[in-house]
Amino acid sequence: MNKTVLIIQREYLTRVKKKSFIVMSILGPLLIAALMIVPTWLANQDEDDQIIEVIDETTLFIKKLENTENLSFQYSYSSLEEAKADLYSSKTTGILFIPDVAITSPNTIQLFYKKKPSSSSMSYMKTELSNTIEDKKLLDFFQITKDQISAIKTPVRIVSSKLNEDGEEKQSGGGVAMAVSFASAIFIYFFIFLFGVQVMRGVIEEKSSRIIEVIISSVKPFQLMMGKIIGIALVALTQFLLWVILSGVLIMGVSKVFEDEFAKAEKNRATIEQFNPDAAKLDVNQQENFIAKVQSNLEMINFPLILGCFLFYFLGGYLLYSALFAAIGSLVDQEADTQQFMMPVTIPLIFSFVIAQTVIDNPDGTLAFWTSIIPFTSPIIMMVRLPFGVPWYELVISMTVLVATFIGTVWFAGKIYRVGILMYGKKVTYKEISKWLFYKS
Amino acid sequence: MSNLLVAEYITKTYQNHTALNDVSISVPEQSIFGLLGPNGAGKTSLIRIINQITGPDSGKILFNGKPLAAKHIEQIGYLPEERGLYKKMEVGEQALYLAQLKGMEKYEAKKKLKYWFEKFDIAPWWNKKIEELSKGMAQKVQFIVTVLHEPKLLILDEPFSGFDPINANLIKQEILSLREKGSTIVLSTHNMGSVEEICEHIALINKSNVVLSGGVKQIQQDFKEGIFNIQFKGNKIAFTNALWTGAELFDSKEADGITNATVRLLNSTQPNDLLKAILPEVEVLGLQEVIPTMGEIFIKKVQEVKKEDNHE
Repeated sequence: MNKTVLIIQREYLTRVKKKSFIVMSILGPLLIAALMIVPTWLANQDEDDQIIEVIDETTLFIKKLENTENLSFQYSYSSLEEAKADLYSSKTTGILFIPDVAITSPNTIQLFYKKKPSSSSMSYMKTELSNTIEDKKLLDFFQITKDQISAIKTPVRIVSSKLNEDGEEKQSGGGVAMAVSFASAIFIYFFIFLFGVQVMRGVIEEKSSRIIEVIISSVKPFQLMMGKIIGIALVALTQFLLWVILSGVLIMGVSKVFEDEFAKAEKNRATIEQFNPDAAKLDVNQQENFIAKVQSNLEMINFPLILGCFLFYFLGGYLLYSALFAAIGSLVDQEADTQQFMMPVTIPLIFSFVIAQTVIDNPDGTLAFWTSIIPFTSPIIMMVRLPFGVPWYELVISMTVLVATFIGTVWFAGKIYRVGILMYGKKVTYKEISKWLFYKS
Repeated sequence: MSNLLVAEYITKTYQNHTALNDVSISVPEQSIFGLLGPNGAGKTSLIRIINQITGPDSGKILFNGKPLAAKHIEQIGYLPEERGLYKKMEVGEQALYLAQLKGMEKYEAKKKLKYWFEKFDIAPWWNKKIEELSKGMAQKVQFIVTVLHEPKLLILDEPFSGFDPINANLIKQEILSLREKGSTIVLSTHNMGSVEEICEHIALINKSNVVLSGGVKQIQQDFKEGIFNIQFKGNKIAFTNALWTGAELFDSKEADGITNATVRLLNSTQPNDLLKAILPEVEVLGLQEVIPTMGEIFIKKVQEVKKEDNHE
C-alpha cells in the first residue's frame, strides 16, 4: 500500500476514534439546536398571570388598557397608600400608579410589584401608555387622530438590482444572503483554526515523543506532513458532515416536539402587534411579502455554487493554513513555545473575520475585492461576498491565486518542516528559517 | 567478504560547524560493526545520512555495491537513541503501522509480530497503550519494530540502554542470532564492554573525523604496550633487581606470600628475556600479557586528539 495512504489512514482513524471527536460531533449540533430553541423557550417561560391594579389620577386611562393573555388590569379609585398597604393581602400582583401630572411629565408613572412582570409585559404597558398619551395630545393640539396619521404613513422599500453589462438584472440576496454569508464565514474561520491547530499538535506530538526519527527513516518528511494534513482534512469533513446531518435531524425533531411552544410564541407576538397598530400595519405589509421575499431571496442565491465554493475555499484555506501550522509545529519542542510563530499566521485569519462585517455592508467595494483575492483572507471574504453575487472572473482569479499560493506554501512549509523536526532544544529565529529554505535535501 | 555498506568521503556541514569531515567507513556483510565516539562527534549525523533522513554535502554511500537510494529504506532497520512511539496508540496497532511503513504486508506483519511478542513475553500487552507500558517494555516493542521486516542492515543506537541485565542479555542474544541469519549490524554505543564482546570491526569518530578503524582484535594488538602481569613467590627486591634495564615495574601487590606485579618491557626486551632474568631469583607462577581494553583505547585516542588541539 502507498505509504502516504497509510499515514492518512492512521491520522484519520486515531482522531475519529477519540472520545473528544465523538463528543464534539454530538455537542456541536446540540449547541446549534439549543441556540435556536432556548430563546423561544425562555420567552414563554415565567409568564405567570399578573393582575395589575391601576390607580389613575388623570382618569384618562380608565378602560384604555386592554387585558392580554397574562396581563389583566383592574381600575381602582383608592389612594396609592391604601393600595400599597393592601398589595400583599389582595390578589393583585402589582400597582400601576399614574399621577395627575403624567400627561405632561410621563416619567412620573410608577409600577410597584410583588413579582416582576416579564419584560414583554413591561414593554406592552409602556407602549399602551404612550399611545394613549400621544392620542390625547394629537387630539388636543392638532385635532387629528392616530388613524389619520397611520393612513399617510408610507413605508418604502428599494429593490436593488445589479445591472450587468449584457443588460441582465440581478437582484442581490438581501437578508438571506447575509445569513448565508455569515454562516459560511464563521464555519470556515472556525474549521481552519480548529483543525489547523490539530495539525500543529500532531507534529509537536511526533516530535516530542521522538517517534519522528523512526518514521522519517521509513518515509519522506514531505509524505508524513501531507499525510497528516490530508488525514486531518478528512476528519474535518467528517465532523462537518456529521454536524449537518445531526443538526438537521435534531432541529426537525425538536421543532416537532416544541410545535406548540413555537405556535404560542407566534401568537404572543401577534397579540402585541395587535395593540400596536403602527407596528402592526408595517408588519402586515412585511408579512404579506415576507414569504415571497424569502423565497425570491433563496432563488436569487445560487446554492450549488455556494456549496461548491464553500468546499473549495474551506479545503483551500485549510490546506494553506495547516501547512503553515505544520511548519510551526516542527519548529518547537512543546506547544507553549508556539506563540512567537503563531502570531503572523493567525493575524490574517482574525483580520479577515473582523472585516467580514464591512464587506457585507459593501460587498463590491475595493476592500472586499482585494481581500477576496489575497489568498490569506480570500477563503473567508470570498464566501462572505459570494451570496451577493461575484463576477465569475473575480472568482476564477481568487481561486487560481489560492491554489498557487497553497502549492507555494506547502513547498515552503515542507522545507521548514524537514529541518525543524530534527531540531531539539534550540530556539529558532526567523533568520535561520530563511536559510533552511535553501538546504539540499 | 564483501562490504554491505560503504561510506566514502562523507562531509556534512551545519550552519556553523562541521558534523562530518571526509568520513569513510566500510561495513563487511554479516558482521557487527561498532560505531564509536564521544558525544557530539558526528555519529548521529552519519547514521541519519545512512538512513536517508538527511543527505551529505559531499561523498557517497554504497549499499550492496550500489549508490544508496530510496528503495533501500525497506532493507534498513533503525533504532534511534532517543526512543519514541505514539504514546496514545495501542501497542499492536502501532507495531503494525510501523511495519507497514517499512513495506510489509499487514497479514505478514501480524504473523511475525505475534511470534516476536511471544518471544519477548509481551503478548498480553497487545491492546494496551504505550503510555501504560514500563520503559523496558516500550523498548522491547521498539526493538521488535526495528527488526521485524528482517532488514539486511540494522542500525542500533545504544540498543542496551534502559534494559535490566537480563533483558540486555536477551537483546544481545537476539543481535547475535540476527547476524547468524544474515543481517549486518551497525552498533553505536558507549558501552565498551559490549563492543569487545560482540563487535568484529569498529570505527572511532572524534570531532567529525574517523580517528581509528579496523578489526577489534587487530586494534587491540596494535595498542599493546608490552605490559605483563607476573605472579611469583619470593623476594620482591631480588625481583626488581633482576628486571634491571629490561623492564620497568609499575605496580605490585602482595597477598598470601604471592606477589602480583605489573611490568612494562623496555628496549625490545622479549617476554622470554624477562623470564630468563627473573627465573633464578623467584618462583614464577604465571605470566600474562595485558591486552588494552576498548575503553582504554577509546580514552587514549580521544585524549590524543584533545592534546593536539591544545598545542595548536
